Amino acid sequence: MKDAILTVKNLKVVFHTYRGTVHALDRINFTVLKNERFGIIGETGCGKSVTSLAIMRLIEQPGEIVEGEIVFDGKDLVKTQESILNTIRGREISMIFQEPLSSLNPVMKVGFQIGESIAKIKNTSIKSCRQEVFEALKAVDLDPTRVSNLYPHELSGGMAQRIMIAMALSSNPKLLIADEPTSALDVTIQAQIMNLLDDLVSKMNNTVILITHDLGVAAQFCDKIMIMYAGTVVEQAKTEELFDNPLHPYTKGLLKAIPKVGNRDKLTGIPGSVPDLVNPPSGCRFHPRCPYAMKICSVEKPPLTEMNPGHLVACHLYGDKNG
Amino acid sequence: MKLGSYILKRSLLMLLVMFGVLAIVFAIVHVIPADPVGALLGGNAPPDVVERMKEQLGLNKPLFDQFVDYVWGVIHGNLGNSIQSGRQVIQDIAEYFPVTLQLAIASIIISIFLGIFLGIFSAIYRNRWIDHFSRIFSILGVSMPVFWTGLILLLVFYYILGWLPGTGQLSLFVIPPEKITGMILVDSLLDGNWEAFWDGLRHLILPATVLGYAATASIARITRASMLDVLNQDYIRTAKAKGMPKRIVIYRHALKNALIPVITIIGLTFGGLLEGAVLTETVFGLPGLGRYIVNALLVLDYPAIMGGTLFIALVYSLVNLSVDLIYAVIDPRMRV
Ligand SMILES: Nc1ncnc2c1ncn2[C@@H]1O[C@H](COP(=O)(O)OP(=O)(O)O)[C@@H](O)[C@H]1O
Ligand code: SF4
Ligand SMILES: [Mg+2]
Repeated sequence: MKDAILTVKNLKVVFHTYRGTVHALDRINFTVLKNERFGIIGETGCGKSVTSLAIMRLIEQPGEIVEGEIVFDGKDLVKTQESILNTIRGREISMIFQEPLSSLNPVMKVGFQIGESIAKIKNTSIKSCRQEVFEALKAVDLDPTRVSNLYPHELSGGMAQRIMIAMALSSNPKLLIADEPTSALDVTIQAQIMNLLDDLVSKMNNTVILITHDLGVAAQFCDKIMIMYAGTVVEQAKTEELFDNPLHPYTKGLLKAIPKVGNRDKLTGIPGSVPDLVNPPSGCRFHPRCPYAMKICSVEKPPLTEMNPGHLVACHLYGDKNG
Repeated sequence: MKLGSYILKRSLLMLLVMFGVLAIVFAIVHVIPADPVGALLGGNAPPDVVERMKEQLGLNKPLFDQFVDYVWGVIHGNLGNSIQSGRQVIQDIAEYFPVTLQLAIASIIISIFLGIFLGIFSAIYRNRWIDHFSRIFSILGVSMPVFWTGLILLLVFYYILGWLPGTGQLSLFVIPPEKITGMILVDSLLDGNWEAFWDGLRHLILPATVLGYAATASIARITRASMLDVLNQDYIRTAKAKGMPKRIVIYRHALKNALIPVITIIGLTFGGLLEGAVLTETVFGLPGLGRYIVNALLVLDYPAIMGGTLFIALVYSLVNLSVDLIYAVIDPRMRV
């Protein structure tokens, strides 16, 4: 088996809000292997972004990591101090966000913002990184001389996301987290950006976590897919295995509800609605919507169990295997 | 260049505004049911003297002609003669305004620095003691009348503690600097007169603090709100995800964005500052333009009232014009 680059163990994240405590992540577990392309799929609000921000250790007030470990490259990031985290962020783990336009600083030129990232890693001045900035822009198929002098409000969404990619990959990070990198973009642009990302990470061999709610994108891009529901991991398998042989009732529902090509609607088609995470359902969080729900489902949380090699599922339907 | 046409556009707009102000000031002064000639000559002056005086002042002409005359004069830099002093109003302004300008600059400097720093720290240390302190400080600042703060500070620092001088611009036995700009501090610097500089500075501290207090308070509140808003933006998360240390996130990535709304407030508070200058100058016995206008009002010296008001409106417009320019420099989205 290949080495793990990231292991998340029992990660529990809550947000303290005036409505009460939001149980955003309920002890989730997963492992990402080196050079793998790991997909995370789930409806809006299921905890995908919180997972990625937790890995970056960017969960802030009113949120809190209350339990668990995030072991990256042998280090538990939960216990790592801020100054060391700042040498990991942007250098070993980079991130691309959903809203590229608002993710760039409106009062700084694009070239400066990329240069800032490069300068930090090379430990030099921003000015002296001009050459590298140009190369980074060329790598994402943008005209360096023109684009480096633009401000974010002069960019299209697609250009802005290219710039975010250029910035994130300028350090050739061990792990790249892309949180719904194309959700905010036009359909035609989406494919271009995914292809670009595909090319670049193939060349540089980065491990990638791709967060999306688009099963089609995940199927094309990812080696392995993890399905999340209401702050829990419900299933995880190799991409082919997951599509050929989905086990969890929620996954089955998702695959049936797969949107037509070009249809950008959020995942739909499963009766009922996403639960409120202030008062999440007891036991299996999917039980109020599950057509197979049994008595035990509302009482006991189903453990994530390996059914076939590399195929994990958390559902009492498959409980027999480990008793 | 884009910035150039922006400046031009704004300047033309300002001319229009100034003309509006001129018309309004003129209308108000001439609509007030008061008799400047009576105020000058007393109620029992013989009618022929009154008539001659009216003719001298141009008051016998139709109102519209008087307005055209006045506008014509203003265009040529002539604001008429003060009824009280008999001098050109523009000369009077040149004499009194530097005092007000020095006071206003000092208080705006105090309030910008203090206000922005209080605001930043209240945002970063939200709900900690510095934030609570700044909140109380600000509430007091916007709610206490200028003359009251002025008297309290005089009582404490002049009367009780004796740390600072009371009123006026300079102590009695300090030789004033040669008059160049009319601003004591600037002139004594140019003059190399350190004694006058130090003494003038000590005289300026209390009035500038009093006058700047309200502005400090509003700047602090806006900075805090704006900073909190900016710190929640996506691009701040990006900066953190790039591994930028907290200091750089705040001072490089957040502050410039947070200052954009603050700059507007600074321009607007300048208006309040000029207004407060009237009271401050009265409390601290400073011979500034505010006091000049108040005196003019008391004797219905309408050329002085109009000229002084017009001049203050001009200063206010110029300040806001420069604020808009600073805006355009800081915020690239404004340069359209
Ligand atoms: N700053 C926050 N304050 C309160 N609740 C939050 C915050 N951020 C996320 N949450 C909650 O955590 C849950 C997961 O959110 P998120 O990870 O953003 O979902 P998604 O899967 O769409 O990325 C949601 O229920 C959301 O309401
Ligand atoms: S554990 Fe029960 S409720 Fe949950 S998915 Fe399985 S069968 Fe449905
Ligand atoms: Mg999200």
